[in-house]
Amino acid sequence: MERAAKWQNTKADLTRIFEANKGLATVVRKEVGDHLSGKRFAILALLVLVTCLGSLYVAASTIRTNVGQDELEFVFLRLFTTSGSSMPFSFLSFISFLGPLVGLTLGFDAINGERDRRTLSRVLSQPIFRDALINGKFLAGVIVISIVVFGLGFLVAGLGLIMTGVPPTLGELARLITYLVLSVIYISFWLALAILCSLLFRQTSTSALAGIAIWLFMAFFLTLLAGMAADGIYPVNDNSDSQQIIANAKTEQMISRISPAYLYSEAVTSIMNPAVRSMGPVLLEQAYGAIKGTLTFSQSLLLIWPQVVCLIAEMLICFAIAYISFMRQEIRA
Amino acid sequence: MTTINNYVLETIDLCKKYGDLVAVDNLNLKVEEGIVYGLLGPNGAGKTTTILMLLGLTEPTSGQALVNGYDPCRSPLQVKSMVGYLPDNVGFYDEMSGEDNLLYTAALNGVARDEAQRRVKHALKRVGLSHAGHKKVGQYSRGMRQRLGIADVLVKDPKLIIMDEPTLGIDPEGIQELLSFIKDLAKEDGRTILLSSHLLHQIQQVCDKVGILVKGKLIASGTISDLEQQLLSQEEQMELELKAVPWEEKLAGICETIDGVDKISWQNDMLLLECHKDIREDLVRELIASNYCPTHLALRGVSLDSIYLRYFHKEEEYHGKGS
Repeated sequence: MERAAKWQNTKADLTRIFEANKGLATVVRKEVGDHLSGKRFAILALLVLVTCLGSLYVAASTIRTNVGQDELEFVFLRLFTTSGSSMPFSFLSFISFLGPLVGLTLGFDAINGERDRRTLSRVLSQPIFRDALINGKFLAGVIVISIVVFGLGFLVAGLGLIMTGVPPTLGELARLITYLVLSVIYISFWLALAILCSLLFRQTSTSALAGIAIWLFMAFFLTLLAGMAADGIYPVNDNSDSQQIIANAKTEQMISRISPAYLYSEAVTSIMNPAVRSMGPVLLEQAYGAIKGTLTFSQSLLLIWPQVVCLIAEMLICFAIAYISFMRQEIRA
Repeated sequence: MTTINNYVLETIDLCKKYGDLVAVDNLNLKVEEGIVYGLLGPNGAGKTTTILMLLGLTEPTSGQALVNGYDPCRSPLQVKSMVGYLPDNVGFYDEMSGEDNLLYTAALNGVARDEAQRRVKHALKRVGLSHAGHKKVGQYSRGMRQRLGIADVLVKDPKLIIMDEPTLGIDPEGIQELLSFIKDLAKEDGRTILLSSHLLHQIQQVCDKVGILVKGKLIASGTISDLEQQLLSQEEQMELELKAVPWEEKLAGICETIDGVDKISWQNDMLLLECHKDIREDLVRELIASNYCPTHLALRGVSLDSIYLRYFHKEEEYHGKGS
């Protein structure tokens, strides 16, 4: 009896959820279709694909020439992290560089584009709640990003397997999947930001530029600023004691961590490189006598957990602001 | 919450303020089932704002709107599934075909795929776009877009259709076509239609009732003949247009002598007489006696466009005095 009643409750809840999200599936389906068939996406996907394959080729050939010289642990992971002299970027750095562009491209005209085409009022006069549109657009973007990231990741993994012939361990596979999930979250942050820009700016070109400006600031200038700020707070010279130097370094790091780009790069370099044990400044005496070794997957995950949580939070905050401003915005052009 | 009445559309003291600007001011609009109602007003009178509030796309500052007894703010989905909305300057996804655009609308309305395809085909046929259904909307002309907009509304099979400035930017032939179509929708399908426009003469032939909205206030509402009578009975002052041969200054002097004339002014190519009673008979006699021949004599306010214009003037005067 009790079970039946419980089931009734769940069923009622489900119906309510289903009703509240009426039209969501339709919006998602249409938006995914639009993205995948659009020229803009095709160009970007091609760019990402070519660069990633290039980085794989360089990584594979570097690994092959270095066989026997280094200790070759985690060959599978090195496919993603190794860069060569002819191409100074690895798969990792390409994704962290081009990923935000993909996210921004998918979202910068989400809402103001509808406004421009005068479709917004027509779509919203259909029997769906207003949030179905913005939720649908965001979800569709996340789905497309997942397709791209996982597609590329597994493509590179598969080709790498053929080129090197070294199969991955379970730990390596777990690290790869964690890395890909992290990348999806990171790129989704930029998608959410782009959607926010598309709400704040009526012109699509302005919103695209604003998105790119924020990206440039977060990715490149914030670290410079962080260094300057840290030097201001804890000035360091040749005679400074270790306390001061550590305080300086820590401040710089903490300010840099505002940027999702920094958080992401910290997280992915640690998860893809089992030898990384700590992300803060390490004193020589702390490292002295440490046994050389690598972390297990769960330990690496523990290490990057704060970064992961922050990335998710930043993405959600960005989307929440976009959501709220969309719900409050006037529909009329 | 449902109230039982025969109004498909009803607003009760509906207000919308944007900061200091009052866009809609205590609007009490009532539209019966099955009629074509024309909401008239100059640009910026609050027509679109009213429509958006009826659809629940904008929240009223105070007051309430009821669509078939449902409040658009409280039960937006019920209202939106009953109402077909054709925005002014309707937009579609240019990179999709006309048919796909309509199928998307049908899907958003929760229409099953087979049924949707049938409805889309039917709607396209009805607006005469069957041949262009597969073309991308980017290649459509302005008139075709408008027709696709109507098809988009029809796919929903709504009880009430709201059209915001449907005649805007369409050629005269297209307007005639559109108007007869609107008539069909009301008479044959039994749908209620609310039109907004700023051009009375364009829509007066299809509207059963009109409401005149100026600065957010509904200053007159009723059938067109009602409006005429309302105006004439209210007006203590009448305006006569006069043209006569020979056309000379002395004409004004003769008119002045007639009992009842308050003011005479020259307006372009005619003489405008303001009077407080009907002096047409006296005037003609007097003119003929003085060897003038009247070629044009008309009572202002009888043609609908002049009713409309005068309502606007009145409103302006009213505001002019107020400030």
